[in-house]
Amino acid sequence: MSAPDDRVSAACDLVVVGGGPAGVAGALTAALRGLNVVLVDSGARLGGQYFRHQAGAAHTATPGLDRFLRQGRALGERAEVLLGHQVWTVTRDGDRLTVHCQTPDGRPVAIRCRDLLIATGAHDRPLPFPGWDLPGVLTAGGAQALLKGNGVVAGGRVVVGGTGPFLLPVAAGLAGAGAEVLGVFEANGGLALARHPVLALGKAGEAAGYGLAMARHRVPYRTHQAVIAAHGERELEAVTVARLDGDWNVLATREVACDTLAVGYGFVPQIELGVELGCQTRPDADGMPVLAVDGRQRTTVDGVWAAGEPTGVGGRHLAELEGRIAGLAVAGAPVPGVLARRRRRMRAFGEALHHAYPVKPGWQSWLRDDTLVCRCEEVPVARVRAALALGATDARSVKLLARPGMGWCQGRVCGYAVACLAGERPRPPRRPIAQPISLGALADLDTH
Amino acid sequence: MSDVIVIGAGVVGAACAYYAARAGLDVTVVDRGPVAGGTTGAGEGNVLVSDKEPGPELDLALLSNRLWGELAAMGGFEYEPKGGLVVAETDEVQKQLVELAAEQGVEYAVVPGADLRGYEPHLAEGLAGGVYYPQDAQVQPMLAAAHLLRHGAESYGHGTLHLRTGVTVTGFTRSGERVTGVRTDRGDILGGAVINAAGTWGGEIARLAGVDLPVLPRRGFILVTEPLREPLIRHKVYTAAYVTNVASDSADLETSAVVEGTPAGTVLIGASRERVGFDRTTSPRVLARLAAQAVALFPVLREVRVIRSYCGFRPYCPDHLPVIGPDPRAPGLYHACGHEGAGIGLAPATGLVLSQLLTGARPELDPRPFRPDRFSSGTPVEPSPESSRATEESA
Repeated sequence: MSAPDDRVSAACDLVVVGGGPAGVAGALTAALRGLNVVLVDSGARLGGQYFRHQAGAAHTATPGLDRFLRQGRALGERAEVLLGHQVWTVTRDGDRLTVHCQTPDGRPVAIRCRDLLIATGAHDRPLPFPGWDLPGVLTAGGAQALLKGNGVVAGGRVVVGGTGPFLLPVAAGLAGAGAEVLGVFEANGGLALARHPVLALGKAGEAAGYGLAMARHRVPYRTHQAVIAAHGERELEAVTVARLDGDWNVLATREVACDTLAVGYGFVPQIELGVELGCQTRPDADGMPVLAVDGRQRTTVDGVWAAGEPTGVGGRHLAELEGRIAGLAVAGAPVPGVLARRRRRMRAFGEALHHAYPVKPGWQSWLRDDTLVCRCEEVPVARVRAALALGATDARSVKLLARPGMGWCQGRVCGYAVACLAGERPRPPRRPIAQPISLGALADLDTH
Repeated sequence: MSDVIVIGAGVVGAACAYYAARAGLDVTVVDRGPVAGGTTGAGEGNVLVSDKEPGPELDLALLSNRLWGELAAMGGFEYEPKGGLVVAETDEVQKQLVELAAEQGVEYAVVPGADLRGYEPHLAEGLAGGVYYPQDAQVQPMLAAAHLLRHGAESYGHGTLHLRTGVTVTGFTRSGERVTGVRTDRGDILGGAVINAAGTWGGEIARLAGVDLPVLPRRGFILVTEPLREPLIRHKVYTAAYVTNVASDSADLETSAVVEGTPAGTVLIGASRERVGFDRTTSPRVLARLAAQAVALFPVLREVRVIRSYCGFRPYCPDHLPVIGPDPRAPGLYHACGHEGAGIGLAPATGLVLSQLLTGARPELDPRPFRPDRFSSGTPVEPSPESSRATEESA
C-alpha cells in the first residue's frame, strides 16, 4: 500500500523484526557497517524466547546471556530499538517495504525500509493429550519463560516431558530454582546424539553442564517414556507416564503425583511475515515449513532476509551466526568463509537433532474423543475426526468444518496437531494479520 | 456408472447432488480438493433476498430461501434467519431503498432514522434510515455443503451418492458430440450427465469440454474479529452502496460495509470487490478500507480487534446471473456455476431446478434466463491458463 509520508513514523535502511539472538546480532552487525537500523520486538526487553530475562537478575544462570546483553547494549547505542511493538503486517511499495506495528496502547507505527530481516524465532510445538488444558500444564518454553521472565519457580513438584535437548535446560533451570523435578521423560532414545561429531563444537560443554546440574539435583532422565495424560479436578494433581515403543505406542503406564508439568515436542518457526511477502518455503528436516534462504540469508523475495529459527530450528548459536551473516550481507559486505563453514556445520547439527528427536505417530493413540485439540475454539478430537469423515482432506478443510485454529492464537498452538490428524505435513501458515489489531488502528490506515 | 457426475463439492455441487439423489438418481461428486474448499469456504454464508433487484435472480433467491429453511431442519449446520438491515446515509438514498423494496415483492419494513437503534443499538448516529428484511438469513456454508452431501448419501438408499475428494477432472469422455463422463487423474468416470459446479473455476471446466463460459473471479476480503462475549450486532447490516456494488461492472476496487455477528461470537466484516484474477496477495489497503467503513457504521467496533482475514473469489458472469441448465453446445453437460457472491443463498434452488431438468420434471421456475449459451459471441475458446490453477491455495 502506498502509505503517505505523514503516516510513516520512521524510515531507515533495515528493519529487523525480532530481538532474540539472531535479530540483535543482525541489527548490530548491520549498524556497525553504517546502516540505519531499526529493531522491533513485541517483548518488554530484548532476548526473545531464549534470553527472556528479568531486569537486573543474575546473569550466570543462562549460558551466553552476558554476551547477548553486551550486544544488546552496543545495539542500543547504534540503532533504534522499539520494544513492545507488534508487527501485524509488512507491505511492499516498489522497492520499499513498510513494516506496520502496533504499540501496547494500540498506536499504529509504520516504518519504511529498503531491507527487512525476519528474525522472529519459533514457538513451542505442543501435542495434545488428555488433560493438557488443566491449569498447571505448561509448555516447556512457557515454564522456562515463567522461570526466567518472572523469577517464579514454576511449582513445587514438577514433571518435564516431551522430546529434544531443550528439555534439559528447562529441567535444570527448574531444579536450580528450587523446584523438585520428579523426572524428565524423553519420548525418544536421546542417547544416539551424544556420539554426533558436532557435539564436539562446544555444545558438548553445555550439554554436560545440564547433565551435571540434573545429577546434582538427582533428576531422573528416562528415555522412551512420555506423559500421556494429566489428571486433576480443577488443576493438575497427577500425570500418567507411559513406557513407549519406537512409534510411541503405549507399553505400560504408571501415575506420578505432581503439581506442574512442562511439555515440549519441538518448535514451530514463526514465518508468517515471510509467507505473506511471498517468500518461498521449504520443509525442515522435521517437516515444518521454514523460509528458504541462500548462503547470505537472503529469501527468494528482494530485500527480505531471514535468520535463526525461521530458516530452520538450530538453536541460539546458529541463530546468532545467521544474524551476523545477514547483517553483513544486507550491508553489502562479503561473508567470510569461516562463518559460512560454521553455519553449514551447525545447520547439519540442527538437522541431526530433528532426526534424533522426531515426533512419532503413536501420540495420536493417547487421545480420547473429548481431548481438546484447539483450546481457543474448544474443538475436541471427535469433532476433528467428524470433519474428516464429512469430506475434509487437509488441515485447512478441517479448520473450515470444525474451527480448530480459528481462534485467538490462529492455529499457532494446534496447527501442527491438526495437520497430523489430517494426515498431511504442516503447510506454511497464512496469517495476513500476523498479530491482532484493533479495527480503529486498522481503519486509521485508510487513506481514502 | 452414475446417472449424474457433479464436478465440485462446494455448496452448489452439494445441493445439485442432494436434489439429484432425492430425485432417485445415482450421483458421483468429484472435487480436486476437499468439500467446500473453494469459494464456499471463503464467504460469509449469505442467504439474502434484500440485495437483489426484481427479476430472475430474486425469484431464484426466494425459492432458495424457502428451501434452506427445509434443509436446515435436517440438522448438522447452523442456519440463522436473523434478518438483514440495509441502512442509508442520506434521505435521498433512503428514498431509493424504499422504492426498491416496494418493487422486490419480499417481506420488508421501512425503518425511519429514529428507529434504527431499535434494530441495532450500536449503529452510528446520523443515519437517514433503512429497510429491514426479515427473510435474510445466514448459514455456515462449509458444514451446510458437507451435510447436504451426507444427507444425500444416507437418506435415499445406499450407494446413491458417492463423494470422491482429491480427484482432478482433466477432460471429458465423449461419444460423438455427447459428453459421457469425465477424465480424471484417477481414471475415467462415466455418467449419464455431467454437472459443472466448479464455481469460479467453472469456466476452465467448460473449456475442457470445448465450450466458452465467461465465469471470472471477483476477489473479496473478509475481516474476522476476536470473539465478543456480548453480541453487539444482531442482524446482517449493510450500507446501500452494497446493492449498487453487487450489480456493478467495474474492475476497480469497490467496497461497502457489510457487518454481522456469528454464533461463534466473532464479527465478520466485508465486502470488497476487485477483478484481479486469482491473486491471493493480501491488500492492507483493502483491509483498512473495510475496517474504516465498519467503524463508521458501528463506532463501538473501534476497540474490537481483528484476528484474521481471508479472501475468496466470487465466480461472476458479465450479466451477474448464474449459469444453470443444459449446454446445447455439449449435449450431456449441464452447468451450475457463476453465482458470484450469492452461491450459498442460491444453491438449493439451483440444485432443485437442475434435478428437475435432469429428470424431465417441470422446473419450479423458468430456467431460461440462466441458460449457458446466452453469452455466445462466436469468439474462439482459448486454452486454460495454468496460473489460475496453481494459485488455488488455502485462505
